[in-house]
Amino acid sequence: MRITLMVTCLVDGLFPDVGRATVRLLRRLGHDVEVPAEQTCCGQVQINTGYGPSALGVIRHHVAAFAGADVVVAPSASCVGSVRHQHAALARQAGDASLAAEAGALAARTYELSELLVDVIEITDVGAYYPRRVTWHPTCHSLRLLGVGDQPRRLLEAVEGLELVDLPDADHCCGFGGTFSLKNPAVSGAMLEDKLGRIAATGAERCASGDASCLMHIGGGLSRTGSTARPVHLAEILASTR
Amino acid sequence: MTGSRDAVLARIRAASPPSARPPLGRVERSYRGPVGAGDLDRFAARVADYRAAVTRCGAAEVASTVAEALGRRGANRVVVPAGLDPAWLPADLEVVGDDPPLSTLQLDALDATLTTCAVAVAETGTIILDHGPGQGRRALTLVPDVHVVVVPGHLVVAGVPDAVARLDPTRPHTWISGPSATSDIELDRVEGVHGPRTLHVVVCEPPGPRP
Amino acid sequence: MSGADWVPVAPPGVGHLRGARPFPQEAAAAVTDRTLRSNLTGATTRIRAKRDAAVSEVADWEQLREAGAAIKDDVLAHLDTYLLRLEEQVTARGGTVHWAADAAEANRIILELVGAAGAGEVVKVKSMTTQEIGLNEALAAAGVAAIETDLAELIVQLGDDWPSHFLVPAIHCNRTEIRDIFRRAMPGVDPELPDEPAALAEASRRYLRDKFLSAEVAISGANFAVAETGTLAVVESEGNGRMCLTLPRTLVTVMGIEKLLPRWADLEVFMQLLPRSSTAERMNPYTSFWTGATEGQELHLVLLDNGRTATLADPAGRAALRCIRCSACLNVCPVYERVGGHAYGSVYPGPIGAVLSPQLTGVAANPTLPFASTLCGACYEVCPVAIDIPTMLVHLRERAVAAGSEPAAERVAMRAMAWLMASRRRWAPSLAALRAGRLLGRRPPLPPPLSAWTSSRDLPRPPARTFMQWWDEEERR
Repeated sequence: MRITLMVTCLVDGLFPDVGRATVRLLRRLGHDVEVPAEQTCCGQVQINTGYGPSALGVIRHHVAAFAGADVVVAPSASCVGSVRHQHAALARQAGDASLAAEAGALAARTYELSELLVDVIEITDVGAYYPRRVTWHPTCHSLRLLGVGDQPRRLLEAVEGLELVDLPDADHCCGFGGTFSLKNPAVSGAMLEDKLGRIAATGAERCASGDASCLMHIGGGLSRTGSTARPVHLAEILASTR
Repeated sequence: MTGSRDAVLARIRAASPPSARPPLGRVERSYRGPVGAGDLDRFAARVADYRAAVTRCGAAEVASTVAEALGRRGANRVVVPAGLDPAWLPADLEVVGDDPPLSTLQLDALDATLTTCAVAVAETGTIILDHGPGQGRRALTLVPDVHVVVVPGHLVVAGVPDAVARLDPTRPHTWISGPSATSDIELDRVEGVHGPRTLHVVVCEPPGPRP
Repeated sequence: MSGADWVPVAPPGVGHLRGARPFPQEAAAAVTDRTLRSNLTGATTRIRAKRDAAVSEVADWEQLREAGAAIKDDVLAHLDTYLLRLEEQVTARGGTVHWAADAAEANRIILELVGAAGAGEVVKVKSMTTQEIGLNEALAAAGVAAIETDLAELIVQLGDDWPSHFLVPAIHCNRTEIRDIFRRAMPGVDPELPDEPAALAEASRRYLRDKFLSAEVAISGANFAVAETGTLAVVESEGNGRMCLTLPRTLVTVMGIEKLLPRWADLEVFMQLLPRSSTAERMNPYTSFWTGATEGQELHLVLLDNGRTATLADPAGRAALRCIRCSACLNVCPVYERVGGHAYGSVYPGPIGAVLSPQLTGVAANPTLPFASTLCGACYEVCPVAIDIPTMLVHLRERAVAAGSEPAAERVAMRAMAWLMASRRRWAPSLAALRAGRLLGRRPPLPPPLSAWTSSRDLPRPPARTFMQWWDEEERR
């Protein structure tokens, strides 16, 4: 399958290993990976902060950058959520019907990584090896915006050597929320504190997730509190082999 | 009528121009839920979940069951609304009528009230009064601290939609699901606040063999 | 963008829809209160589990929810038609209908009615709407004592405090704090009153019994009003509602104009949705329905706008008026759970408050509330009338930005970023510049607002190469 990677701005700029892991994984499974050179960002930060109308150029750019793609995958539920639920709506709001149609069509072939693997490629055992105790934080946007269910779990359960431990109140938000973490830092910090406490209670060595943004937040907290647990992206686990 | 009627109506029409509206009353209803006659076992169990007392009896045993329910609470002076089936009254009960209407203070001095209901809901364990015959005006089932209600089996429907359909909207209604309660302290439920602190439901089986 | 600019909003200076300080300041203070956090976490955790159980029992919940949303949308699309129908029915059955454009007018109407009844004291059923308009203060200013009869509302009143939740206005207090309030402020209370909930409920029963039996005037809200029949409804638990609705000779019911249901049969939907979403029971202990003047009572119905028509005027915000005040969204909201209701500065707190309050007052008067959310979506998931609160929050953030409420530096930064992101040629150097951060370490002294990040988290160490640099150098063919 020809798969086009939407690497996302955060992975591109701060967590390139997550992008490289995604490439490695998809190639190992026998797929061709393309990376459009023009891609930048989905514009979610602007949109969710109230600057949606200013992000129209970003949306237009994104749609053009991925015009030739058959299937797009992103290692981020929240960026896929923006593509699926915000791009066409903003184009419509701005009265640009043709952009809305193109954005809608692109959204229909854009998937979050675990969706692509389990629902499109129809694979759960990707042949990975990851001998660690791992707990899974399902991000809010994967759960509630995309409706991702047990796909990540099924993928993790098939990983050789991996011990999966349940995270209590896993579906509670970690407190990131994009610019929420800057506009309401005290509340964001309190939510993070509770999430860190639950991660610690599992005794896991790794807190895994499918969103680099939540992982940056959780990872920043783990580092600050001196925890031995580390954040890890789903793609990095699935790309690991013996 | 007083106040800014025309101003408010004009604002509504400005905010939601009549030309841009969908047709009136267009609502899809694909819910179904339980329909038809209610299961008495389920009804009794769900009433009991609210920590109300429930006793089941045959049609001929209502009076003795009521006597037992009242006796258990030491209730001697009992207000009984007009229209209640006289066969349900225990022989030695001191019945107080409400005609002419008792004052609120007189009601407050009584031990209990004995009524029937208009309809009941098995799924939710709810008793619905429409304050018609055998049920009395609203204060009668509110002020005394014990409420004994006789529910003939044929009045029990399966779910909420059947109950709503059976009711006459022009009458007042009181829906009762267990004794008065509150969750206002730490969202923890405790029974017994302002309404009757004891609710005793006597479920009267329909005549004939039990299914 | 929205019509809300030309329909009057709730006026300032009366009622409780605006806080004294912006949300981030109130929230930052509240979040440090350990007792408050433990009270809220305990209560919301309990009710969340109960609600999940109560809802999962209903096989057709999603269909009921869709119908609930559709019925309310029908009401909102034809609000004038249904209000006139309600007025006609209530009037035909002996009630009197009053129309209040805003809080001040509603208070004036109610004061006149209480004055005409010659009452120096009124009993009240818990009502969000009367809190919204500041009725108790208006009554007090006119020398009329308003006795709150709902247990939690009584706790709040005796504690000289403010409600912080729709269903449980005193959710921020634990049993010991409540006992202390009763011991301090409840006339005739047992000085040895223990802190068991049953004893506290019993104390309120004793205190209020005489009030109920002697009250001349009651003031209530309404959960529903059926346009087709003129029927009003109060959904409650304790029986204080029944007392107020039944015993006094004069009943004044105050309700927002959006509380309508078109048909009697619509109750079959809402009497399933509300109890399970609210107290998380199959059915709440008591619901009273009455149509017109009942059993010789005098009935006055006050219909309140106070910013509702302004809300109606925004097609992307009007669904907030579907709300039936169940409080399910408060109970699941991670922000509400950390800060409680007072931080929102409005009688409508939590996720629904964050979309409703700014629309009632105009966004410029409440610009921080739409940002009081991580957009986690838990509220939308549990809403029994399917209000898409996250999408509405984003829309109201746009309105706040359009109103110029956000800092100029943010506006410049966001627009600059958008400009950079619209071209890889412009974007790539900015992204690569992050590499400079490799020298800063994990806790650099950043300028605000970025310093907020390092208040509780470390920064990731930027990589030597961006992903795209790696791809271009090693992989691109």
